[in-house]
Amino acid sequence: MRAPATEAANATETGKTVLSAENISLTFGGLKALRDVSFDVKKGEIRAIIGPNGAGKTSMLNCINGFYHPQEGTITFKGVARRRARPDRIARQGIARTFQNVALFKGMSTLDNIMTGRLTKMHTNFLLQAIYWGPNQREEIAHREVCERIIDFLEIEHIRNTPVGRLPYGLQKRVELARALAMEPDLLLLDEPMAGMNLEEKQDMCRFILDTNHQLGTTIVLIEHDMGVVMDLSDRVAVLDYGNLIADGRPDDVQSDQRVIDAYLGVSHQ
Amino acid sequence: MFYREAGQFKTSYAADQAIFPILQDRLFVIAVLAVAYLVIPFISTPYFLVTIMIPSLIFCIAALGLNVLTGYAGQLSLGTGGFMAVGAYATFKMTTMFPELNIVIVFLLSGVFAAAVGVLFGLPSLRIKGFYLAVATLAAQFFLIWLFNRVGWFSNYDPSGTISMPPRDVFGIRVVGSGAAPEVRYLMVLTLVVVFCLLVKNLVRSRMGRTWMAVRDMDIAAEIIGIRLMWAKLSAFAISSYLCGVAGGLYFAVYLRTVETIAFDVVLSFVVLFMIIVGGLGSVLGSILGAFFITAIPVILTRAPHDLGIPISVDMAQHLEVIIFGSLIIFFLIVEPHGLARLWQIAKEKLRRWPFPY
Ligand SMILES: Nc1ncnc2c1ncn2[C@@H]1O[C@H](COP(=O)(O)OP(=O)(O)OP(=O)(O)O)[C@@H](O)[C@H]1O
Ligand SMILES: [Mg+2]
Repeated sequence: MRAPATEAANATETGKTVLSAENISLTFGGLKALRDVSFDVKKGEIRAIIGPNGAGKTSMLNCINGFYHPQEGTITFKGVARRRARPDRIARQGIARTFQNVALFKGMSTLDNIMTGRLTKMHTNFLLQAIYWGPNQREEIAHREVCERIIDFLEIEHIRNTPVGRLPYGLQKRVELARALAMEPDLLLLDEPMAGMNLEEKQDMCRFILDTNHQLGTTIVLIEHDMGVVMDLSDRVAVLDYGNLIADGRPDDVQSDQRVIDAYLGVSHQ
Repeated sequence: MFYREAGQFKTSYAADQAIFPILQDRLFVIAVLAVAYLVIPFISTPYFLVTIMIPSLIFCIAALGLNVLTGYAGQLSLGTGGFMAVGAYATFKMTTMFPELNIVIVFLLSGVFAAAVGVLFGLPSLRIKGFYLAVATLAAQFFLIWLFNRVGWFSNYDPSGTISMPPRDVFGIRVVGSGAAPEVRYLMVLTLVVVFCLLVKNLVRSRMGRTWMAVRDMDIAAEIIGIRLMWAKLSAFAISSYLCGVAGGLYFAVYLRTVETIAFDVVLSFVVLFMIIVGGLGSVLGSILGAFFITAIPVILTRAPHDLGIPISVDMAQHLEVIIFGSLIIFFLIVEPHGLARLWQIAKEKLRRWPFPY
């Protein structure tokens, strides 16, 4: 698994910056979740964010996709700086994400969940939808084909018609990834995609993430606690601790950084 | 054994996405339609058509409307009666202002007024959810009834605020008002129900339906896949109120024929809500089953002692009716909280496996 990651790193060394966050500060009442954090994501790379619990990793993703609005700082995506954009607007600009605790549509089947990822790409009006036959059917079939390719890609053919509420946790995470991929995003944010999985499921998920990055060319921001996974998958790693960015760089450099070791051992705060 | 899909392989996505992908379902629907169109009108007594079939069918449309909003889009509403009143008064005003206008077109247009009012009262849904939204729609209910009571223009300044449906013909046949045959009224309402069921079924299995269900199941996740919550909720209010409006117009013009605002009070909102809860939330079939169950059972219960020759007083019969009706609702909700539509689903699964236990 190591080799492809390094290859990708070399290939994207010169990649253009897709997203840059500059001097982001986010506070909840008195609590500073993020303090003056700056980091960027280059086209085609897998960018990891790591840090102890409560470090502000999820908050960072929430800022990127518009759930939280940082008090200070700017986020620039594809060259356009923005303040206070709504999440649906940002989704339409090409950012998809998955959640730390699965956020699927429980009342719908796997296929319908994945089809929701295509909603912004469908355009027939409601009268044509009510008639169904004709343009709407053609559109439904075209998007169904895209979803079926994703279903094949993630190897979830057997649960196509199962209501997602009945699926085991590991598969739910996979369906959530499928829904995000159906959006054909330029930037994919994954919040602990492997949390709560067994070894085999983790290996599958790693493979899917790498394949997504290599075959589809999707830029990925990944939050993960499993250091082995992070070191294997990512091209660059940002380390957060108590809302501060304490290290940023290639996995090997970060791993040997004294501040990172301290943060993980809890030295600096005792 | 008789109901099985083995051997019916879909070779295209179009076939897999068909409205009734399984052959037996298709045959069943065709049979039901054949009975509804070719048998019922010829063998039924006018009493049966007028007291059971016509109101049940009209409530199918109202239940379908509320199910779009509550069952599919997850927005609880207690304003159904109010939206139906808008449809009724719109029908009355339009047909008295433009007597020449085809009454079916009047019905269809009445829904548009209800849709506009529905969107207006749907605005709070952008801020509030659940029970709080239900209270906001309740305010709509009371306001609308108050408005129709208060402003004489709506009832053409009738001193008691009553509106009556004048007779109207379509292609020379009397369809509403005095002299309209029960069979004709039945067939007209039936056709509207079939058309609306089909249209709604198509909507909910397309982009619109998935948008609504996404908002219902998890609005945060809906936003991150690019759904505009405002648009999704207001479109549900619009289409739901449209259907309720058409149902209100029919309820007034075809069923009651003479109404006061009291006919559309909050009790009606609850009745339609019961229909979709008993029938099945988020199901077109459930709307139909619920509408028939809640409309027909009381009528049957009221007549049962008389038909069976049991001598009890009218008062007693009425009390019994309420008790039995209430118990039935509770029984069904305990047996299957997901409604009659789910019971039907389970029955089909059993049939598929029959004669094996599993
Ligand atoms: N909506 C909120 N309101 C108040 N405080 C919040 C909110 N969201 C996050 N926080 C706080 O911000 C800090 C950072 O939280 P965040 O969820 O970003 O951590 P994390 O790095 O994702 O942790 P974990 O590894 O446990 O997922 C925490 O102290 C948390 O309690
Ligand atoms: Mg987190």
